[in-house]
Amino acid sequence: MKRLKASMEWSKFIVLLVGLVAFVFPFILLIVNSFKENKAITASPLSLPDSFNLANYESAFTKMNYVSAFSNTVIITVLSVLLISVLAAMTAHFFVRNQSKFNQYTFFLMVAAMIIPFQAIMIPLVKVYGNLHLLDNKWSLIYMYLGFGSPLAVFIYHGFVKSIPAELEEAAMIDGCTRTQTFFRIVFPVLAPTSVTIAILNVLWIWNDFLLPSLVLTSSEQRTLPLSTFYFYGTYTVDYGPLMAGLLLTILPVLVVYLFAQKFIIQGVMQGSIK
Amino acid sequence: MISEKGLWSRIRLRLLFTGPTLFAFATVMIVPFLYGIYLTFTNWDGISTTSTMVGFENYAYVWKDAVFWKSFYLTLKYVFISVALVNVAAFLLAYFLSSGMKGQSFFRAGFFIPNLVGGIVLGFVWQFIFSNVLVSIGQKAGISIFGTSWLADPDKAFFALIIVTVWQYAGYMMVIYVAGLMNVPKDIMEAASIDGATAFRKLRTMILPLMVPSFIVCVFLSLQRTFMVYDLNLTLTKGGPFKSTEMVSMHVYEKAFLSRDYGVGQAEALVLFLLVAGITLLQVYFSKKLEVEA
Repeated sequence: MKRLKASMEWSKFIVLLVGLVAFVFPFILLIVNSFKENKAITASPLSLPDSFNLANYESAFTKMNYVSAFSNTVIITVLSVLLISVLAAMTAHFFVRNQSKFNQYTFFLMVAAMIIPFQAIMIPLVKVYGNLHLLDNKWSLIYMYLGFGSPLAVFIYHGFVKSIPAELEEAAMIDGCTRTQTFFRIVFPVLAPTSVTIAILNVLWIWNDFLLPSLVLTSSEQRTLPLSTFYFYGTYTVDYGPLMAGLLLTILPVLVVYLFAQKFIIQGVMQGSIK
Repeated sequence: MISEKGLWSRIRLRLLFTGPTLFAFATVMIVPFLYGIYLTFTNWDGISTTSTMVGFENYAYVWKDAVFWKSFYLTLKYVFISVALVNVAAFLLAYFLSSGMKGQSFFRAGFFIPNLVGGIVLGFVWQFIFSNVLVSIGQKAGISIFGTSWLADPDKAFFALIIVTVWQYAGYMMVIYVAGLMNVPKDIMEAASIDGATAFRKLRTMILPLMVPSFIVCVFLSLQRTFMVYDLNLTLTKGGPFKSTEMVSMHVYEKAFLSRDYGVGQAEALVLFLLVAGITLLQVYFSKKLEVEA
């Protein structure tokens, strides 16, 4: 009986392992082909490369304007996520500690607005911000991410602020902290695990977002990684070698971060969904 | 609760704490949304500075726009099949990966990988697989189903979209199901084992009913994401061949930004929003009734 159970465990393990390899096989193919020449890729996409030829990477690196696209994406993602985390935590805290009718309705409006898909807003959004001459500008994009990202962040923070005892804040204020100091010295540090969750959910979204930046950022030097990948692919459709390398260069930063932070990322997605 | 003294300091505090988010939220979501409703009653073409009110003409056009409804039904079919498959696959993965087996967190991390990458890149990767790798395998091994590119055939291109969607979201929903499975109380599961319940019986009569909240969340999320699919659609099939896989989101985009029919495009976007909101809220409403207490 014990032997049977152990062999069941092993067969399950092997089935899952085979499944996992099949699951990540597209990425393996991408890596393998990124070192090959065009002819080798189209003739036999499954064969291993003859040598670690980095020519494709060099070509993709310059043609995609990788440095510029990468730094644009980093600036946009980091600033948006920081703004969303800090400002949404402040709003959620204010809403929980001041339960007036107005605050409750505003909070409800924010939660309800989460069901509006981006596609229902994009056309007027482009028109309004186009008329104000605010398009083609990183800072407007960051501002828009704050607007689109804050409802979910306020909603998640709201649930966690409620679990912080009010006595903790009262004690700080009796000791002479102002409301603002209390928030930054007591409440925000206590909310750190929630902030990690919010940061992860938002990084996954903003780093990979395509539709909004494609509408806002029109000039080529403003492009983010998804945008430059898209235009790169559109211009060099048959140049498979550099294309594979380009796709891999786009994925690489996220994979490296994932390698070190996968535990937090998986937990962040779990926490984000429970609320 | 402690409150600040003086009206001015109260207003200042409110502005500091809620001002930035509420202002951004209002100007990025609420104002464009309301303005969008106004736009549907005009015939703005995207360039001219003036536009005239046309009443309900745009909505009448949407009602008669066969292409819009065709892509809506196609999207509905796509959503239905993908949501079902995503959730079945995700639940099975979560079920096997939370039984306490060796290396389960490694497996979870592995199945999650597609979610780190945006739909644009995933679409390109799979485009290469469907039109090069599988074709090359098919021709060499003589498997006729892979002999020609799936993306060149309307029906197969549709299933290619579904396959990639399931592959993309299964890992994400799996994580949510794992979180749900961890909350199933251990003591009642033990009691069931002592009473002689088999694994399948426990799954059917205990785990599934207790997991209803997770199902609600996952079905809600997958409905929302698949209804609004755009990135993957754009880079995997580009709506082709012959616009046969053009999902409704792409149709709206093209109507507004390529045909410059902003009024109609926005009317279609709003109709789509109402339909999707209706479907997702009904789903939540009806599945709430299935919830049980442990």
